Amino acid sequence: MNVPDDLQYTATHEWIRMEGEDARVGITDHAQAELTDIVYVELPKVGAVVAPKQAVAVVESVKAASDIYSPIGGTITEVNHALDSNPALVNTDPYGEGWLFRVRMEAGEEIELLKDPSAYRKQIDNAGEASL
Amino acid sequence: MQESSRKKTPLYDEHVRRGARIVEFSGWMMPVQYSGIVDEHHTVRKAVGVFDISHMGQLHVCGENARDWLNYMLTNNVERMDAGESQYTFLLNEEGGVIDDLIVYHYGDGQYLLVVNASMTPKDFEWMQAHLRPGVELENRSAHYAGLAVQGPKSIQLFDLFFGAGISRPARNEIKQVKRDGKTMVVSSTGYTGESGFEIFFPAEFAAELWNEILERGTGLGIKPCGLGARDTLRLEMCYPLNGSDLSPARTPLEAGLSIFVDLAKGDFIGKKPLEKQRQDGVKERLVPFKMKEKSPPPRAHYPVFKDGEKIGEIASGTLSPTLNIGIGMVYVPAKYARINEEIEIDIRGNRFSATIEKKPLHK
Repeated sequence: MNVPDDLQYTATHEWIRMEGEDARVGITDHAQAELTDIVYVELPKVGAVVAPKQAVAVVESVKAASDIYSPIGGTITEVNHALDSNPALVNTDPYGEGWLFRVRMEAGEEIELLKDPSAYRKQIDNAGEASL
Repeated sequence: MQESSRKKTPLYDEHVRRGARIVEFSGWMMPVQYSGIVDEHHTVRKAVGVFDISHMGQLHVCGENARDWLNYMLTNNVERMDAGESQYTFLLNEEGGVIDDLIVYHYGDGQYLLVVNASMTPKDFEWMQAHLRPGVELENRSAHYAGLAVQGPKSIQLFDLFFGAGISRPARNEIKQVKRDGKTMVVSSTGYTGESGFEIFFPAEFAAELWNEILERGTGLGIKPCGLGARDTLRLEMCYPLNGSDLSPARTPLEAGLSIFVDLAKGDFIGKKPLEKQRQDGVKERLVPFKMKEKSPPPRAHYPVFKDGEKIGEIASGTLSPTLNIGIGMVYVPAKYARINEEIEIDIRGNRFSATIEKKPLHK
């Protein structure tokens, strides 16, 4: 499974890329493989204020709907509308075209402890690890 | 669930070896998908796919009173079946509710095979055992049999490639006992996908060999192994009911819109009286197919269904139709709303999405 070295991760299989004050968020290659064919993505509204670890998006395969959590608290600044017409981008390019949303941290907000690539790799290599 | 209570079909190792994703399905460790539900779905609609159906139960009934007894136990008319024919039918409780839906195969000479849902096999057997009569023998042969469903337009060519020119495809509702390579198997034209196809049942020890041979012979036709995920989307596009979702002990076949498989004109059978009353009074609710009007999250089982702001039911089965690329499903609604083109609303995580009640099937 692809776990890029320049990203941070959550135990719930989101990836985070810090871009100035914003964090761009998506789901990992491992998560998209576990979820299988993604047929629908429900995104948060731009401007929504979210708490850390709040369920803010839903990624749906044919079989199941899975919540996606915001790794940090803040305001949603942008969502990936390309997924409205092509949700499969999450499968084909989870770290690129398949990103989900950007969230801007509140000033002074503590960031929850995120996993570095090696810690996340260890998590998913762990046999029997529960999927999303 | 305990590891020991998870049953495996004789093809379990083959599924794992070929990279299937395995899930627990009513006590069975079954492949939910191989290449992906959507891909497998399209493969069956356009080419050919093969499913392991070994988990399904096989109950064998014989004896001089087998026919009359089955006619008392089942809703369809067993007498209308000649030797070598099959029939879709229901096993009901005393209230007319569905214990199971099944296919009964008539071998001739008072010998019948009942192919029942995997999850219901012990319950069906117990129920039938409790109602057994002299002159009838009932045997649960589920553990000894394996089965494959070969489905899709190219299954016609695959049938000839597999069986050779000497054996013709069974007609609709026909079964054949075929000896092939010294192995006796039962072949029928049944399926659960809406496509042409055939199903074969044979002794469990041949399972891996026959599964691999079907896949090998079908390579040129684009065959793919398929899992339960695609089986579910394929059957739902055809509005074929799934017991436990669309059928239950609290619902009758009349409510499920399946009265053509119930013969109220034949002699007495378990559940007949409540069905006669329901036929006379009219059903209060009916199972109807629906289709989302626009793009929406996939409708799923138990999502609430509304009409004019009032909750009228819950989705029985729902999915995103890979063929239509829109949400579809089935729901029990009050009979007054069970009309084609009637508009309903599905509540998905607090948002309402419009859908229309449609005609069966949703595909084709």
